[in-house]
Amino acid sequence: MTISAISEIFPVLAQGLKITILILLASAVFGYFMAFVAGFGRLSRFFIIRKLSGLYIEIFRGTSLIVQLFWLYYALPILFDIHLGNDFWVGALAIGLNYGAYMSEVVRTSINSVAKGQKEASIALNMSSFQQMRFIIFPQALRMMLPEFGNYLIQMLKATSLVSLIALKDILYYGEIMRSSNISMAPTIYLLILVFYFIIALPLIFLTRKLEKMSKKGVASQ
Amino acid sequence: MSIIVKPIVTYKGVHKNFGDVEVLKGIDLNIAPGEKVAIIGPSGSGKTTIIRLLMTLEEPSAGDIYVEGNNLWKMQRGNKMVRANEKHLRKIRSDIGMVFQHFNLFPHMTVLENCVISPVEVQGIDKQTAKKLAMEMLEKVGLKDKLDKYPDQLSGGQKQRVAMARALVMKPKVMLFDEVTSALDPELVGEVLEVIRDLAEEGEMAMILVTHEMDFALDVADRVLFLDKGVIAERGTAKEVIEESKNERLQEFLKRFRS
Repeated sequence: MTISAISEIFPVLAQGLKITILILLASAVFGYFMAFVAGFGRLSRFFIIRKLSGLYIEIFRGTSLIVQLFWLYYALPILFDIHLGNDFWVGALAIGLNYGAYMSEVVRTSINSVAKGQKEASIALNMSSFQQMRFIIFPQALRMMLPEFGNYLIQMLKATSLVSLIALKDILYYGEIMRSSNISMAPTIYLLILVFYFIIALPLIFLTRKLEKMSKKGVASQ
Repeated sequence: MSIIVKPIVTYKGVHKNFGDVEVLKGIDLNIAPGEKVAIIGPSGSGKTTIIRLLMTLEEPSAGDIYVEGNNLWKMQRGNKMVRANEKHLRKIRSDIGMVFQHFNLFPHMTVLENCVISPVEVQGIDKQTAKKLAMEMLEKVGLKDKLDKYPDQLSGGQKQRVAMARALVMKPKVMLFDEVTSALDPELVGEVLEVIRDLAEEGEMAMILVTHEMDFALDVADRVLFLDKGVIAERGTAKEVIEESKNERLQEFLKRFRS
């Protein structure tokens, strides 16, 4: 492993940085959105909404992300003639749906673990169910969710590498291309790929720690 | 001479089951406007459940509760009485306030925010007026200097006094106290009782106190109810209940308390 090898590999991998980060952002936004939709869905008054949310959650938690990704990419267009636009959105959708299913359980359990006395106090102050959720329960539940959301963001970053398998040009994709023509450089290439992911993950790790500290304040949990 | 006043709260044949356990077995009770009622009795006798039904935290299994003549848990639809919806419950319970054993302050809000959230959001009072009202009530409980503190920066006694101010800001006609000193360190009980005594002396608000502070309850209450195994086993003035009752269970309960 030489400095010259590193300086040769580094710029190639850096080309994939943009896609990795964009996929992460898009799947995070989509994942959090699904987390709230399905998390509140599971808590709905309506049986059918609870069941549908549960079905989504169990399907996406119970099967592998990579198969879900291939399904959206290869199977959906053939079976139903559904084309999800470009590959980028297929990747973001698959990761978002998968992690959204996990994170919806964070949403649900956080809301459920706000102390029962908080709801009772808001009833005693004559709030409506909506006001109880908006002013009292949700703000406290959100504090509990944030560190978990941070953890899942780090996991999502690592999951983005799967999109190289549907030919999205992320960090791993460029690494693989390079390795296939320089098999002897494989150790250096993979080491540098790890370094890349770690560097992106670092601010997320710090963010999560910060959120953990913040979340300890201002919550009455059971 | 007795004056006939329309009761502010009426219980008629109220039962409450939790699963197979019958906690309340037919409660009949009238409470006059401004009246102070203490509910005493062994633990598990259903004391707390009585007031939780009135605050709409639990639904009665049978019977009716009226607030100023309006049925709390049932409403008219066509010419049938049906189970009340939230809109109805909110309309009727707007006259009721409650203070809890474990304070239940909102930990993500300051003392002042705890006190203004409901006047502003529920009653639609403008922020400045609500703030003024909240300051007035916080002064009454002796905590005007804690406006910007968060609940976890307060002692238990202070938390409970904030909880009282928060309930008072809503101007309830009936205030429920659910063992409000039970979770406090002994040296902090006094400051909370003092506030309750002041409120009682002001006189306008009806108060129902579920309590283990026997001497205090007897001192403040116009009327004492002894609850035993889900029924009101004895009722009357403090003197009648404590000194003249022949009820054996009551005597036994009092003896255990005094020893």
